[in-house]
Amino acid sequence: MEIFGIPLQAFLGQLLLGLVNGSFYAMLSLGLAVIFGLLGIVNFAHGALYMMGAYVAWLGLEKFGLNFWLALVAAPIIVGAVGVVVERTLLKHLYKIDHIYGLLLTFGLALIAEGIFRDQFGVSGQQYSVPESLQGATNLGFMVLPNYRGFVVVASLVICLGTWWVIERTRLGAYLRAGTENPALVQAFGINVPMMVMLTYGAGAGLAAMAGVLAAPVIQITPLMGSNLIIIVFAVVVIGGMGSIMGSILTGLALGLVEGLTKVFYPEASSIVVFVIMAIVLMIRPAGLFGKEK
Amino acid sequence: MFKFSQLKAVKAVAGAAAVVAAGLFGAAAPAQAQISGDTIKIGLITDMSGLYADIDGPAGVEAMKMAAAQMGGAINGKKVEILSADHQNKADIAASKAREWFDTQGVDMLIGGSNSATNLAMAKVAAEKKKLFIAVGGATSALTNDQCSPYTVHWAYDTVALAKGTGNAVVKAGGKSWYFLQADYAFGQALQSDTAKVVQAAGGTIAGTVKHPLAASDFSSFLLQAQGSKAQILGLANAGGDTINAIKAANEFGVTKTMKLAGLLIFINDIHSLGLKTTQGMYLTDSWYWNRDAETRAWSRQFFEKIKRMPSSIQAADYSATLQYLMAVKATGSDDTDKVLAHLRNTKINDMFAKGGYIRPDGRMVHDMYLMQVKSPDKSTEPWDYYNVVQVIKGEDAFTTKAESKCALWK
Repeated sequence: MEIFGIPLQAFLGQLLLGLVNGSFYAMLSLGLAVIFGLLGIVNFAHGALYMMGAYVAWLGLEKFGLNFWLALVAAPIIVGAVGVVVERTLLKHLYKIDHIYGLLLTFGLALIAEGIFRDQFGVSGQQYSVPESLQGATNLGFMVLPNYRGFVVVASLVICLGTWWVIERTRLGAYLRAGTENPALVQAFGINVPMMVMLTYGAGAGLAAMAGVLAAPVIQITPLMGSNLIIIVFAVVVIGGMGSIMGSILTGLALGLVEGLTKVFYPEASSIVVFVIMAIVLMIRPAGLFGKEK
Repeated sequence: MFKFSQLKAVKAVAGAAAVVAAGLFGAAAPAQAQISGDTIKIGLITDMSGLYADIDGPAGVEAMKMAAAQMGGAINGKKVEILSADHQNKADIAASKAREWFDTQGVDMLIGGSNSATNLAMAKVAAEKKKLFIAVGGATSALTNDQCSPYTVHWAYDTVALAKGTGNAVVKAGGKSWYFLQADYAFGQALQSDTAKVVQAAGGTIAGTVKHPLAASDFSSFLLQAQGSKAQILGLANAGGDTINAIKAANEFGVTKTMKLAGLLIFINDIHSLGLKTTQGMYLTDSWYWNRDAETRAWSRQFFEKIKRMPSSIQAADYSATLQYLMAVKATGSDDTDKVLAHLRNTKINDMFAKGGYIRPDGRMVHDMYLMQVKSPDKSTEPWDYYNVVQVIKGEDAFTTKAESKCALWK
């Protein structure tokens, strides 16, 4: 059986690989959406935070013998703490002025972080091996899927849905959403809004770091790994609708699939297909697929 | 030790030549007066911060400084100065920086670092300004073929040499059917087509090619397509981070169980970052290897002291190009481009990078290339001890032949 001249098996394989990449897009765009939705900051440092997550995992293993599972916990905490410091010292001054300042500041921070890591570790990159328990591959009949890639899909779905649940379905999430809607009023109810905003940025940074740890075993850890990805992730967020949490998760996964298929039918276009879709979406629905017109 | 005695000999000969020349032509002006601006300025424009920064970059500048220091930091009392700039892998930045340096800084010789596109752009500027341009990091064979120039010298390697070295060796070892993974830009195209020609000429077949965008983040999809081709060899017509990520994914998806990988442009830094476990048994062609003989080792250990990494072939070639240029300046007592170039073209190049090298009319510096195989982890005796030299490819066999060349300067 063939679909568009491609054997069904190969077709299914490519779909699955698209889903793996989509998982990373979803995790990263989710963090961006949370930060933009609650803080109004276009966080260009997201790629750098993702890169730092991967480096924490690598350094942890090399210097302190920290295994992958501990890194998965430690990296988001460490990078999240960096995020908190950045928010307290720099970002908090920018909430009341135009979004463009936040964008410029975070872009500058990303360049500085990349520069520091490049100076310390070079650009060729570091190796991080797949954890023992997830090594090997499973034959699915239509393709051989490395176990680790399967794990990435599951882990990212758990992380994404968990975040969505916290923000949309819990009391804490309700405070957060109310705090961004009308901070003065929520403050009047005795809730510490600045603290909440600070923790939100920290959590967003932590999400990026967790994606970085998950990516470490499958791609080369280099200071540039974030900037290679961040532009695509921004396109994902724009397509999904700035600030829409479920939108960014679904769009991330869907675009991973579309990109995967493009790699089969017309590989040369695989790096631009996301942007073509973005242009079309912006023409038809300027607020994005899941965004609300204001 | 050998190096120093050799250098002394060269100095002595050069000194003698200068005396003889002065005597013969009764040169009125002393040699010193022929150094423009009273400094010998050599520039390097390369990728200082991007994906190719480790194979050349700041360490390449250090290698050039080592050459200057070896010449005593000055020639006939005129200081040697090394300049460097980052082209960010953009041809327009490289060209405008080169122009600025020739016009306002009085740069006498320019070395082109990594990235083919920037090298082609700098070569044009140098030709216009009639200044010597030595391409080191750029791989494209066009520099000495259809885009050759009387002012361009291509020092280290090119896509033809890489293709001939690895392509022939792999076909001879039984790898008859090939599938290519190609970076979708000028360099990938050149490397793929040069290699495909070599493979077919040697009796091999091409099962297909898949093109991927530059700096792709995920290769699994392309590798699955390659695996579907049932070819024996996966030719990697890409470089740097793309090659590394492709090799990594090939291992993860078990592609290496059914296909053998042939890296067409691999530097020792790539092997270092991938590790021997992932890369063992792979063939590659390079212009130089630090652990080849006593002389290369001695120089490399000095380099290691400063950089804490072993030198890549490009860094070694940066050193060699700078050293040979300075020796030519010393011999001619001038930094006049035409005089220095004439001297370089008539002199055999002998240093720790090349033995008996010479510059052809098309600008190609012809020297031996090395076909190497990556060691298995248990055979590697120290960090950075990664290769076995399988075959020394004579310069005449490695590079573009006269029959293949379209360069008007070599007809």
